[in-house]
Amino acid sequence: MCALIFSMCLLSACGNKTKAGIIVAGSTSVQPFAEALAEEYMHLNPGTLIDIQGGGSSAGVMAAKSDTANVGMSSRELTTEEKSLWYVEIAKDGLAVIIHPKNPIANLTMEQIRGIYTAEISNWGELGGSNSSIHVITREEGSGTRSAFESLVMGGAEITPKAMVQDSNGAVRQLVEDDPAAIGFISLGLVNDKVKALEMEGIAASRENIINGSYRLSRPFLFVTHTEPEGDTKKFIDFTLSAEGQRLLAAEGLITTGKES
Amino acid sequence: MRISPKKSQIIAKTLIWAVAVIVILLLIFIMAYILVKGLPTLSWQFLSEVPRDMGRSGGILSTIVSTLLVTVVAVVVATPLGVGTAFYLTEYTREGRVTRIIRFCAGALAAIPSIVYGLFGFIFFVIYLKLGWSVISGGLTLGVMILPTIIRTSEDAIRAVHPMYRDVSYSLGGTKWQTIVGAVAPSALPGIITGVILGIGRCVAETAAVILTAGSALRMPTSLFSPARTMAVHFYILAREGISMERAYGTAALLIVFILIINVAANILLNKFVAKGR
Amino acid sequence: MNNLKEKLIGNGFFLIALSTLSVLALITVFILIEGVPVIAKVGLFNFIFGMKWAPSQGAFGIFPMIVGSVSVTVGAALLGVPTAICCSIFLTEFAPPAVSKIVRPAIQLLAGIPSVVYGFWGLTFIVPAIRNFLGGPGLSVLAGSIILAIMILPTIVSISEVSILALPRQYKEGSLALGATHWQTIRSVLLPAAKSGIMTSVILGMGRAIGETMAVIMVLGNAVALPKSILDPARTLTTNIGIEMGYASGEHQQALFATGIVLLVIIMLLNSAAQLIVQRGRD
Repeated sequence: MCALIFSMCLLSACGNKTKAGIIVAGSTSVQPFAEALAEEYMHLNPGTLIDIQGGGSSAGVMAAKSDTANVGMSSRELTTEEKSLWYVEIAKDGLAVIIHPKNPIANLTMEQIRGIYTAEISNWGELGGSNSSIHVITREEGSGTRSAFESLVMGGAEITPKAMVQDSNGAVRQLVEDDPAAIGFISLGLVNDKVKALEMEGIAASRENIINGSYRLSRPFLFVTHTEPEGDTKKFIDFTLSAEGQRLLAAEGLITTGKES
Repeated sequence: MRISPKKSQIIAKTLIWAVAVIVILLLIFIMAYILVKGLPTLSWQFLSEVPRDMGRSGGILSTIVSTLLVTVVAVVVATPLGVGTAFYLTEYTREGRVTRIIRFCAGALAAIPSIVYGLFGFIFFVIYLKLGWSVISGGLTLGVMILPTIIRTSEDAIRAVHPMYRDVSYSLGGTKWQTIVGAVAPSALPGIITGVILGIGRCVAETAAVILTAGSALRMPTSLFSPARTMAVHFYILAREGISMERAYGTAALLIVFILIINVAANILLNKFVAKGR
Repeated sequence: MNNLKEKLIGNGFFLIALSTLSVLALITVFILIEGVPVIAKVGLFNFIFGMKWAPSQGAFGIFPMIVGSVSVTVGAALLGVPTAICCSIFLTEFAPPAVSKIVRPAIQLLAGIPSVVYGFWGLTFIVPAIRNFLGGPGLSVLAGSIILAIMILPTIVSISEVSILALPRQYKEGSLALGATHWQTIRSVLLPAAKSGIMTSVILGMGRAIGETMAVIMVLGNAVALPKSILDPARTLTTNIGIEMGYASGEHQQALFATGIVLLVIIMLLNSAAQLIVQRGRD
């Protein structure tokens, strides 16, 4: 066993030496977009390897801080403490509150959504829908999407512990697709025709409304690094912020600020 | 009212047959559902291309390679330890406190849930030894996980070797080591290999422990220190995120085919072994 | 010379055998190191009996998950144990040899299927069925119990089958010779005689159920509130770790390790119970 541990330490020592390429880790909401960016970047720059890992926003920021990853991904604003790191907003992401397409409701107020998520409103009938109990779906503690939803919608109120918890945007969407009484929230870019994105106080969840500020549920996607990026890391971040990178992100459903495109 | 023994026999028999038939039908249904949905996706392209666009298009080659690498690491680590322990328990000690403790530990290891192996692998291999999310972290974690399986099956196999083999070897002046290598090991080999194959099956099917230790990067692993996504993890992510159901079923079908082959191989070896042992 | 070599080899094997011990120790130590600080901070009682789990507010109570784990496991046992015992009686007593020759490996195959596949299958068939016929969101204690019952079937069937097969033939022959029917023999002679083996298989099966993660994440709904009925969603100890581990850091992560400690303790208790029964059976 000692020999085993020893040889593993040895291996790990070599491993650190030979490790090359860029490691990007963090928010699973940013992950698919980062993967798309990385695929394109590696296609344009053969020889550079980019590894995209999940782990969540907080873990991503931690990873960047501890140099476990070259780039951390965050899908929420950084805390004051975290802002000592270098960071850049690569795009904005809208947050859509989604329901089953068969659900007659199309528009809710912030108040009503808060009511649903605190379990004060527990039946679709109270909102003018059919008489069935509301199946509330939320994301897990630590998720950037959840903390964005909490700060944008809940305003300090607590999400009911009775809410079902799913660990990804896709899983939330799948459940809402299947269950006519369900409600959940996901990235706007992932809304498809099998779910219905609710209007918020009469304003549709759309790219235009987020850019002009009338639809308020949006959050930044950030790339975080320990210090000012350099070398391959800088090249990758520059690519992300270039017209081409931004076009790619927009095509995947994110909201780019329009500076470059 | 008392039911006559004959009547109760008929009722019980019908009930047990019914339950058995339902279970068999259920089994067939689960397998058939995945295979029918997934087998049409399997093509040379699907097997030989790397995934593109998060797995929405392209194949699953990198996940197959990752699965193989992780499994190989696990087997390379666990086999010598497991088989060695089994030989120690059977050939080098008498039943006593030491064997009881070791056997208790093996039993305890076998009972630990895979998610706890995942926690351990994460904190020990990924963080403490700084191996990161990698093939080696995942493989070592799985190696620890399959260790008890290999110990138990090897021990059974070695015990089942007829004492005659040992007696003959010793009477010819063989030492303990010569007896093990020359007489016991060859006859126990099919049983030992069965244990290893069962371990391989567990590695291929495992998700929870792997996701925490090998990560979920979709890129083709280039070294033992690359992060990796195994087929089971790939299936989980594809199906859970609703990225591509078609490809999820394809991956699952291939997994089931793998497991089928592994099971059949283990059974054939085991039957051979039983036939030889008697 | 030869003697020295033999001795070295013997010692080598001893060291290898110690690896099992050290691996178990290593696992226990590392999980304890990570998890104990949070338990110490929150207090063991508050941690185990606390009703509120909200890591962002520093509330770490896992009682709802203990209830969740226990209820899906008991549910799985209620559904799975009778089914499994029927199957093992079928295989040992009723099935024609040709049938059992096919069915036996087929049930073993069930054990090899990845748990994610079961979870996905449950999400596709069991969950909508529950939602449409029984109501509620479908993701529920009941759905989890059904999937786990299927998953623990192979464990229980194979071990109880072996223990029935291991009974001396005279038991059965004697009973039949006394004029008992086949079923009376099974019920009053064979099953009681194989009791300890069957009990062991049930406990090991329950251990597997309580430790399962991925399948349960997919069908249980993972709500942190106490389930009030079997149609309510719930969260188990394993899914608490599985669903939040990816995102956790700092104290939150430690609390998940602490959840792992509680899980380990439960598993070890079950395992010791199983070993005790095996030993009693031997005496």
